[in-house]
Amino acid sequence: MMDPTLLGQFNQDNIVVEKLDNLINWGRSNSLWFFQFGLACCAIEMMSAAGPRHDLERFGTMPRATPRQSDVMIVAGTVTLKMAERVKRLFEQMSDPKYVISMGSCSNSGGPYWQHGYHVLKGVDLVVPVDVYVPGCPPRPEALLQGLLELQKKIKTETPLRKQV
Amino acid sequence: MTFDEIVKHIELKSADKFSIEEGKSVLFISPDNWEEIAAILKNDSELEFDYLMCISSYDKGDNTIYGVAYNFYSTSKQHYLEIRIEVEDGISIPSITSLWRAADWHEREAYDMMGLKFVGHPDLKRILLADDWEGHPLRKNYQEPDYYHGLPIPKDKSYWE
Repeated sequence: MMDPTLLGQFNQDNIVVEKLDNLINWGRSNSLWFFQFGLACCAIEMMSAAGPRHDLERFGTMPRATPRQSDVMIVAGTVTLKMAERVKRLFEQMSDPKYVISMGSCSNSGGPYWQHGYHVLKGVDLVVPVDVYVPGCPPRPEALLQGLLELQKKIKTETPLRKQV
Repeated sequence: MTFDEIVKHIELKSADKFSIEEGKSVLFISPDNWEEIAAILKNDSELEFDYLMCISSYDKGDNTIYGVAYNFYSTSKQHYLEIRIEVEDGISIPSITSLWRAADWHEREAYDMMGLKFVGHPDLKRILLADDWEGHPLRKNYQEPDYYHGLPIPKDKSYWE
């Protein structure tokens, strides 16, 4: 009798039958290398999340120092108008597939600079397409981890081999 | 030295070059006399103000008068002094960068944020905002632009509330 579960298939004859889409999504979602740059105090929480206590790397996520090796850009902090052009350029330098996590109130919407910040971009989604918004000022590392898990969920719904309907 | 003693001492060296307002421990100086007084503050053996703690700029709110406040401290004599210079818009102020190097970036910030001009500054350009920024945002009559390099700066914020 054939065991239909994945583990059962593997134990039977070392062959697993699964959709290729799922294999690709599994690989992509579990190796989300993030672009290592911080703009403000949110970066401190991002560093804490990447450190040993919260340990971002258990999800296969590790910092890369260049956009060309990165899959996900974590916009951690206040995006000034001066910086917004740089953020856009760095995003364009990342290779596909690429994702953006907007971390904290400032990059979500301008945050405390919403009313009087003459130099602050009112939300990084005016410049780059954002996949996951993490609220908080700054968000705790757990919140960033949840944002990352939400991004993983989103990636697992993709169909990379077929055209999106 | 106390404030009154400092004022008396400066009066001996350079009379009638400053004014005092009742109840404020501040010297008001016109920009024409500032270079002379600054040299006295720095070099006089009784004063020895060797530390420029801060330069602040302010807007009086009537769109004509802008001011700049200097805070000095003497590490050897351990006394303080505040100097203020108030000018009409467009009138420049002598730079004190040659006496206190700390004034360099402070004066650039005052220029960047408040639009005050400092004569004799070695490199008076914007320090924080982009070089092509228009206007001086800490002025009370500053109007935010609608776009910066094509990036929208939304004015209608009601959709968020």
